[in-house]
Amino acid sequence: MNFDALFGDLAQHTVDGLSKGAIYALVALGYTLVYGVLRLINFAHSEIFMVGTFAILGTWSLLGVADNPPIGMAIVYLLIGLVVGALASGATALTVERVAYRRLRRMNAPPLIFLITAIGLSLVLVEIFALWMAGFFSGRGFTENRLVIGIPPLLKQETVLSVAGADITNVQIIMVVSALAMLYGLDQFINRTRYGRGVRAVAQSPDTAALMGVHQDRVIMLVFVLGGLMAGAAALLWNMRYGITKFDIGFVVGLKAFTAAVLGGIGNLRGALLGGLLLGVIEVYAATLTRSTWEDVAAFVVLVVVLIFRPTGLLGESLGKARA
Amino acid sequence: MTEALRQFNERRRHVLGEMGDRWRALPRWQRWLTLLAGVAFLYYLPFLGDIPGTNLIIPGLDWFRTDSIDGGANWAGVLFVCALYVLVAIGLNVVIGLAGLLDLGYVGFYAVGAYSVALFGSAESPVVGALQDQFGLSQDWAIAWAICIPIALAFSLVAGVLLGWPTLRLRGDYLAIVTLGFGEIIRIVAKNSGWAGEAQGVPGIPGPEGPPSPDNKVFGLLDIKPWYWLALSVVLLMVLLVRRLEHSRVGRSWLAIREDEDAAAVMGVYPFKFKLWAFAIGAALGGFSGLLFASRSAFIQPETFNVQLSILFVAMVVVGGSGNMAGVAVGAFLLAYLPERFRDFSEYRVLAFGLALVLIMLLRPQGLLPSRRRTRELQDRAKEAPVHVA
Repeated sequence: MNFDALFGDLAQHTVDGLSKGAIYALVALGYTLVYGVLRLINFAHSEIFMVGTFAILGTWSLLGVADNPPIGMAIVYLLIGLVVGALASGATALTVERVAYRRLRRMNAPPLIFLITAIGLSLVLVEIFALWMAGFFSGRGFTENRLVIGIPPLLKQETVLSVAGADITNVQIIMVVSALAMLYGLDQFINRTRYGRGVRAVAQSPDTAALMGVHQDRVIMLVFVLGGLMAGAAALLWNMRYGITKFDIGFVVGLKAFTAAVLGGIGNLRGALLGGLLLGVIEVYAATLTRSTWEDVAAFVVLVVVLIFRPTGLLGESLGKARA
Repeated sequence: MTEALRQFNERRRHVLGEMGDRWRALPRWQRWLTLLAGVAFLYYLPFLGDIPGTNLIIPGLDWFRTDSIDGGANWAGVLFVCALYVLVAIGLNVVIGLAGLLDLGYVGFYAVGAYSVALFGSAESPVVGALQDQFGLSQDWAIAWAICIPIALAFSLVAGVLLGWPTLRLRGDYLAIVTLGFGEIIRIVAKNSGWAGEAQGVPGIPGPEGPPSPDNKVFGLLDIKPWYWLALSVVLLMVLLVRRLEHSRVGRSWLAIREDEDAAAVMGVYPFKFKLWAFAIGAALGGFSGLLFASRSAFIQPETFNVQLSILFVAMVVVGGSGNMAGVAVGAFLLAYLPERFRDFSEYRVLAFGLALVLIMLLRPQGLLPSRRRTRELQDRAKEAPVHVA
């Protein structure tokens, strides 16, 4: 255990962890939304995120983005990336709902069946990208490409702020701030708007909601699209921070994000944020302590321990238990 | 279109039902004879198309063999893997199909079984090395294969209980993620621990004849047929045992818990106890197949035991028809055999696998060969479907 490395630079590791956690949090929102309404784990959500990273990469290379453009252009490109990523991920999420889930929902099938179709669809999406789309988006035509693909850096990552010995880069600030902003927007949408009320109603009791005139299918589609939008935003942050993508990056990110959602209390929007940030910090701490070897184990051990003492996660399940 | 499909389905069910009735009406000795012929055919499978002892071949059957295509895998080797997966599916079926617990980390138990025989049975493993130094034993000393079997069973059983104890109180979906994490933890621990051979793995794992060497007469490295027969015998034995278990008090309790845990608890079935039993027994079966896998390969490394394998295991059970032993066996066989037989399409085989999962689940959510009880449960659920306002 390398305690010196951790406590010598605690602030820095916390900042790194929070920015890592921001991506988990945004992806976790998608799991949480769908789980809150349908009580099922959308296993294909990881691929929805992966599609976002590629769509953004494809758009940027289509626009001919060069490395480190002037700041004004960079912001324009980032905004375009946000729109494209959100649209692509949202559309993928809708497709997943339509293809894999709708028929099963009509049959009221047990959760296990949903899980298997989701896994199947997720394999299909991954392979479609590995065989054709990854090559296409990286500008090599529809060829097989199972390699890591680089993404042109738009913003040079540089330190803009030093707090308590931690150097905070511009990208890290953007990541954490935008994750908070997205969550705030989503929270307001669910709690304040008419559509949000519909979502909460279906989450509470699908039958009653239907009797009150809530269009169930529309609400469920809305929930998938919202999750997709968040995943698209996460994809943009991922591209900015790590600058690479690959046909199978979705799997690990999805697994971590799902863990984060469960940690915070699945079905609970604020829980997803808390869980995501916490998981990011835990991972960075564990990686520092053990020189990266036990990073993934730490995440799962924390999850198991939390579930033993708080079986519904840190903040509890709550999308359905509306207060408003 | 749907009407035609429905009618077809009705007729099929009718025909199948009649076949079942006719089967049950047969005299006992005829049923036994048929079963015996079936078992004999399973033992004959490695020769498929040939008549052993002669040069004659049966035309046509050859097509089914995996070595009938260019670059195809060794036929007996594929059969051995099929038998292993059937054993895994039978074990996982106890957990998923009978007790209704969603276990996504089954590969963890498979790994525990494999590592048990590797660490205690191989003269080159770090654990055996430490024992040799401790007690001044020779460099070739290791624990005999036959003794490794109970060790592996015990370790995987204990792993099942250790995982089940804290987590079985969680609801289904939470259990899924915790077990998934468990599978990963086992793999990472094996990869990072010096005593487990780290990422290089453990070589020299023994089989029934001792450590792997070219001198082994029966369980050698080249001829895989004996290995298949060994695995098949284990499978048949386990089928018998699990069948007895299914129709016992324990089996009935599992079904009751799967269908309605609260109702079962009210009737005096203590769910936690029986869920733990299901977990432990499933784990032991998984450990056994892991042991066979390790013995045959003579060498294991942690990357084999990844999440994808775990997902494949769950898919075998669900596609085959969870809850029905014949169903899961068919599912396991198909998922192990088809990708090997159609290797020509190897580029697209994961794609095809994914598509097949989606299609089968959408069109036949109860699985290819479901148990009657499970089909009825699904029909009941469909009736209870939430109100749908178009």
